[in-house]
Amino acid sequence: MKTTLLLTCVLLPFAATAAEQTFDFKDPKGVNTARFTLDAPLESISGNANGVSGTLTIDPAKPEATKGSIVIDAKTLNVENAMMKEHMLGAEWLDVAKNPTITFTVMSLEDFKMSGQAAPAPGAPKGSSMDSVTATANVKGKFSLKGVEKEIAVPATVTLLKGKLGARTGGKMQGDLMVIRTEFTIKRADYGINPKAPTDKVSDDIVINLAIAGASPK
Amino acid sequence: MRTTLRLFALLLLLGTAGWWVAAGKNPGWTKDKVAIEKKDEITEIVFIEYEDRFVPGVDILAAAGAGAVVLAGLSFLGRRKAAAS
Repeated sequence: MKTTLLLTCVLLPFAATAAEQTFDFKDPKGVNTARFTLDAPLESISGNANGVSGTLTIDPAKPEATKGSIVIDAKTLNVENAMMKEHMLGAEWLDVAKNPTITFTVMSLEDFKMSGQAAPAPGAPKGSSMDSVTATANVKGKFSLKGVEKEIAVPATVTLLKGKLGARTGGKMQGDLMVIRTEFTIKRADYGINPKAPTDKVSDDIVINLAIAGASPK
Repeated sequence: MRTTLRLFALLLLLGTAGWWVAAGKNPGWTKDKVAIEKKDEITEIVFIEYEDRFVPGVDILAAAGAGAVVLAGLSFLGRRKAAAS
């Protein structure tokens, strides 16, 4: 009985809607960020893109059936050096003129595990449901970069922030927020990103770090 | 003339080194904007905003060093006047 109650409390925020919920990741605040890092001798080359969009539809009863895609506008990629940025967006590296988007399309979620929950907000009525729930999952999907599409699996942490959209929009909209965080590594050579650049000058590994929030208005 | 060239070489080297130190001793490449990390209070996402600021890197230091060597080298090309006997 205790276990059933506990499970109910933990799953309630995810299951409260009892139906599919779609989260839009086009963040008007421009907070959503995809970062990248490549190792290099003098200093690591790192930058980010904030042109994130896309939607994910999740059914709390069947999280493994989550569908949708996250799209990054490649032209929003930025680094701290203008010349480096010009090279990065150019034909040899990312060729953004021909390949304007970087896309991750979700195929399935595996190993979906609840990993924690936050306490109710201060002042919330006693016994109210948890304000946030965090889960981890292994996300399988198709990653498309510079015209090359590959199936990859990435570990992700998903946090559902119940009713927090109102706080974020100053009360203009009500609803839930979903925050997704992931870090994974791809090979530069796999996507034809300047294969001429020697790996002792610029690493073949590109570490990608994504932290994005999606909104589901009610 | 030789002294002037050497003086310029020294000034170029010291001036650039002083500028590099004053600008934060950036051990990497020159930057024309700087990434500033910020945190969204609700989602706790750490995101980046860029601030337009020129930060000299070691490439500028190396260029100044090379320029100083060239100036100092030029000072040795002229013929030294024969000492009056």
